[in-house]
Amino acid sequence: MSLKQLTIFVQNKQGALVDITETLAKHEVNIRALSIADTQEFGILRLIVNDNDTALKTLSDEGYLLRTTDVVGVKIGDAPGKLSKALKVLDENAINVEYLYAFMARTEKHAYVVLRVADNAKAEAALENAGFHLITDADVLKL
Amino acid sequence: MVKRYYQKEIETMPVEEIKKLQSEKLVKQVKHVYENVEYYRNLMDEKGVKPEDIHGIEDLHLLPFLTKSDLRDAYPYGLLAKPLSECVRIQSTSGTTGRRVVAFYTQKDIDLWEDCCARAIVAVGGTNEDVCQVAYGYGLFTGGPGLNGGSHKVGCLTLPMSSGNTERQIQFMMDLNATILCCTPSYAAYIGETLKEQGYTPDQIPLKAGIFGAEPWTEEMRRGIESTLGIKAYDIYGLTETSGPGVSFECEEQTGMHINEDHFLAEIIDPDTGEVLPEGSKGELVFTALDKEAFPLLRYRTRDICVLKREKCSCGRTFIKMSKPMGRSDDMMIIRGVNVFPSQIETVLLKEGYQPNYQIIVDRKNNNDTFDINVEMNPEQFTDTVSGVTALEKSLAGAMKTMLGINPAVHLVPPKSITRSEGKAVRVIDKRKLHD
Repeated sequence: MSLKQLTIFVQNKQGALVDITETLAKHEVNIRALSIADTQEFGILRLIVNDNDTALKTLSDEGYLLRTTDVVGVKIGDAPGKLSKALKVLDENAINVEYLYAFMARTEKHAYVVLRVADNAKAEAALENAGFHLITDADVLKL
Repeated sequence: MVKRYYQKEIETMPVEEIKKLQSEKLVKQVKHVYENVEYYRNLMDEKGVKPEDIHGIEDLHLLPFLTKSDLRDAYPYGLLAKPLSECVRIQSTSGTTGRRVVAFYTQKDIDLWEDCCARAIVAVGGTNEDVCQVAYGYGLFTGGPGLNGGSHKVGCLTLPMSSGNTERQIQFMMDLNATILCCTPSYAAYIGETLKEQGYTPDQIPLKAGIFGAEPWTEEMRRGIESTLGIKAYDIYGLTETSGPGVSFECEEQTGMHINEDHFLAEIIDPDTGEVLPEGSKGELVFTALDKEAFPLLRYRTRDICVLKREKCSCGRTFIKMSKPMGRSDDMMIIRGVNVFPSQIETVLLKEGYQPNYQIIVDRKNNNDTFDINVEMNPEQFTDTVSGVTALEKSLAGAMKTMLGINPAVHLVPPKSITRSEGKAVRVIDKRKLHD
């Protein structure tokens, strides 16, 4: 069970995101979810895409510093209180969240949360035990 | 009555007599070095020069040069000319990677060095009525010990503050009415800014003069320091290899630094050919120590580019004057008073698992040096969190600080993002514009 995230190191300068997104577009890579963490000098761009291998290869060829990171993807109902319920499960199991971001599906009335924790397996087990449905790379393709 | 000179007879000696004195001392010194320093004896033998060939300063050009790399090769005792039992102290440069210089002193060496510093203090109007605040670093660095000793000799009440702890500096300055401040020019400017922020006007500050050196500074900076502190700011020059500060110093005229010619014989050479250039030419400054016993360097190449001029000075001193150094003939930078070589930075990068792809950016903001190093990130070390990247930056900055003695701001940048011109990276960007 896993969801692959592309993590890209970006220098904080004009045009950096344009170049990356254009490269992905040229190779027909579709971005499902995106988050960026930035400081004054650099940013870390995190992407969930429909075609990891192509994205990884094309961006590497362009000279970007990037890697894939295993993250936890979880499906939650699109209603108030659903995210906090999921986070509470992790809290009760003493699992720290390093970062998270969310996205909506086009087809169904659901929200999805991407979580980065220290121990993926532990988080996945805790969430599943609490009745949450996890998503994989294969699921992403269908969204 | 204010004393104008510390050692009048020497400081105002007619030029011909100075030259005669230098010649006598040089002949003796070459003999002393040849007999006691195998390293230099070998250099002289290779060049086919014997002590008997040196009859006076006119023969100086026959002697071989010494460079920083000789000092490295001979480290630690190879250039020592006295038994350790006669040495009483060492001082050392800030550099730590094979560039370290350890200089040895006999008691007489220290006395003469302190005399030089005393001359500098008297030249700015110092007497035994003065309170001299020494805010150069104490310890291995020559700044603190040198001016401390000079201040004692003049009879000033000496405040051995060392550098840093600006609040305490200001408290002692104001409470004890310090009249002379000795420190790096950037620190003087910083103290001045802090006093200003605290609401002090120049007429409330007891200082009347400052002796500032150990790093390059501009006339503009001098004027800034003079107006914020309400003082006259004077330059002083020296290097650990030749003893420390006090090799040359400014008088009230503030038009260059008088070289203590009874102890140091200066030449200007073409840095490429080694040829001695006529007086007034711009070139590399070379010093021969005429009196030093323990660590007597002959024809030591300072790598500082400057001009020597002998002209009548209104202060009455006859010693030749050197200009402020106008640059370096090697790649050394002086940042916050500390000598930094790009090779030191490379050494740290390789040790810490980085490629030696980096760029140093030095600037001066509010009279303080900023020191940034951009380093290309090692792909293996890249993690997906901001804290991961900043932790790498911090740890690398820590390793740099250990090596260099000063703290750079380290910025990790993507691989291959540092500009390369003609295949060779531009390693150093110095935006300080220290030289006119």
